[in-house]
Amino acid sequence: MATEFHNLQELRHSASLANKVFIQRDYSEGTTCRFQTKFPSELDSRIERTLFEDTVKTLNNYYAEAEKIGGQSYLEGCLACTTAYIIFLCMETRYEKVLKKIGRYIQEQNEKIYAPRGLLITDPIERGMRVIEISIYEDRASSGSSSGSSSTSGTSAR
Amino acid sequence: MHLGLDEPVRECQYNQICTRNSSPMETLSHKKKRTPRRKWQIFPGRNRFYCNGRVMMARQTGVFYLTLVLIMVTSGLFFAFDCPFLASNLTPAIPVIGGVLFLFVLGMLLRASFSDPGVLPRATPDEAADLERQMDAANGSSGPGYRPPPRIREVVINGQTVKLKYCFTCKIFRPPRASHCSLCDNCVERFDHHCPWVGNCVGKRNYRFFYLFILSLSFLTIFIFAFVITHVILRSNRSGFLNALKDSPASVLEVVVCFFSVWSIVGLSGFHTYLISSNQTTNEDIKGSWSTKRAKNNYNPYSYGNVLTNCCAALCGPLHPSLIDRRGFIQPDTPQPLSHSNGSGLYPSTQNHTHMAAATPLLHSDPVMMGRAGPPPSGKTSLGGPCSSLAPSQPSLPSSMPGLGCAGDMLTLRDPDAHCHHHHFVSPEEMPSPLGPSSLVLPFAAHGGHLNPAQLYDPASQDSLHEDSVRGLVKLSSV
Repeated sequence: MATEFHNLQELRHSASLANKVFIQRDYSEGTTCRFQTKFPSELDSRIERTLFEDTVKTLNNYYAEAEKIGGQSYLEGCLACTTAYIIFLCMETRYEKVLKKIGRYIQEQNEKIYAPRGLLITDPIERGMRVIEISIYEDRASSGSSSGSSSTSGTSAR
Repeated sequence: MHLGLDEPVRECQYNQICTRNSSPMETLSHKKKRTPRRKWQIFPGRNRFYCNGRVMMARQTGVFYLTLVLIMVTSGLFFAFDCPFLASNLTPAIPVIGGVLFLFVLGMLLRASFSDPGVLPRATPDEAADLERQMDAANGSSGPGYRPPPRIREVVINGQTVKLKYCFTCKIFRPPRASHCSLCDNCVERFDHHCPWVGNCVGKRNYRFFYLFILSLSFLTIFIFAFVITHVILRSNRSGFLNALKDSPASVLEVVVCFFSVWSIVGLSGFHTYLISSNQTTNEDIKGSWSTKRAKNNYNPYSYGNVLTNCCAALCGPLHPSLIDRRGFIQPDTPQPLSHSNGSGLYPSTQNHTHMAAATPLLHSDPVMMGRAGPPPSGKTSLGGPCSSLAPSQPSLPSSMPGLGCAGDMLTLRDPDAHCHHHHFVSPEEMPSPLGPSSLVLPFAAHGGHLNPAQLYDPASQDSLHEDSVRGLVKLSSV
């Protein structure tokens, strides 16, 4: 059954949560934030492998950029130290700027790629940077009053 | 006159959080008013939050106030009694430098004490269930050769095999270098130690503030010590030693305090300088995780190789954001992390519709709504005064692990003064324990990896056993 959703609103109103896949962190390079690029089997029929891997690799690159220790981070650190960190009352840290970029990227990916396939990515920051949570939705084409019951249907999905 | 069962006095202390109104009239009127609550109010750890979630500290803060008082009194006496003499007889730069040092010390102390050390939020029910499924699958599948038990994952970092342990409280596999603090009941990233002097854990996010605090405090202590001695000597040259002491009696107190502080603070700064330059945490150093005594080719996989890079990475590295979003508003349909209360929380634990537009919350400054659902936050929601101290409601203990709460609470340092001071609501499960404060408490998280998972696992009892042995160890080895 082909599930075609045209946008996120339709997803919410006409679909119910079927399953969640969690992409765990990849600690092979230390404590820096990286996610595993292994393709989960539950998404096999839902999305192409390359698209998924691209998304995860781009996210990994963003996080690497945020946590990069180099000239700019040293400058920011020294400046902050000399002002006794008061400067962060008016300025955003580099990490926060990158997190905003990541938020926008995830939203864009959701709208363009994942929602049309009945999937939804949750920003890892909302899960404590432990996992990338991908929610898999099933179309409830049979039931007419799906919008009312969709918010409470998740328990039955388990 | 009919008096409602809830006293107005309690309302001032607990404001709107205490929903134990038993008078029917009040429950009717309060039913409609549902001001959105912030996440810090249902935070499952044993932390205290002040200023509506902006400030986060450990439960026991008595020693922190002692630290504050010591620093302020000593510095105050120095500025009041010694500085006038020194400024007029030597140079006015002395009080200026002293002032700058004092403000820096205070700033770093407050920053280290009040900020989130890098607490890892607990797993949502879905994540925990997923992990349990994976562990059960690993348990069931048969395979030849050595397999680590399912509650341990092994990962190779820079050529070293590191074991990631499963935290039973937080229901996550702890990242490398993270540890569970039994005093605060949180997993903390890059856990260094729990410092009672600072009243908080020292972890990834506040390690540099802690280090700068002890470093600048060493300078301040040495500075005050040196100049108080100079002051006394100069005065003695003029009017004799005894007269000098009579003229500035405060100097004696300052010298005594500084003399005893210098040894411990300077020693601690030296120790942490060594730790920073080798990129280790206190936890790892005490356990000897990377020492060559364990294995011939044991080395620290996190070290960058040279001292300078290690120092720069620790002190000037990027400032990670807080992961717990304590000032965000609770949405009724966002997943709540698992706390020990099985369903006794105010919001259902199963969650279905996550926020549609994965909006990134701003992490520690503004109250942001996550997702589109839920009531809009009222602009002036203030649950009490600007700095009302309100302990988060302690979740009740589950019936399946009765030992957890009692043993866990025995691990907390008891300071009766702190209780009175903060009007905090002592839950009936807490028991007073006879433990006194110790200088550097290093809780070892209970590592149940070697236990048979089929046994009923009580992490808190493991915690307390390890805790006692470690405390003994630390007292011997504390600098």
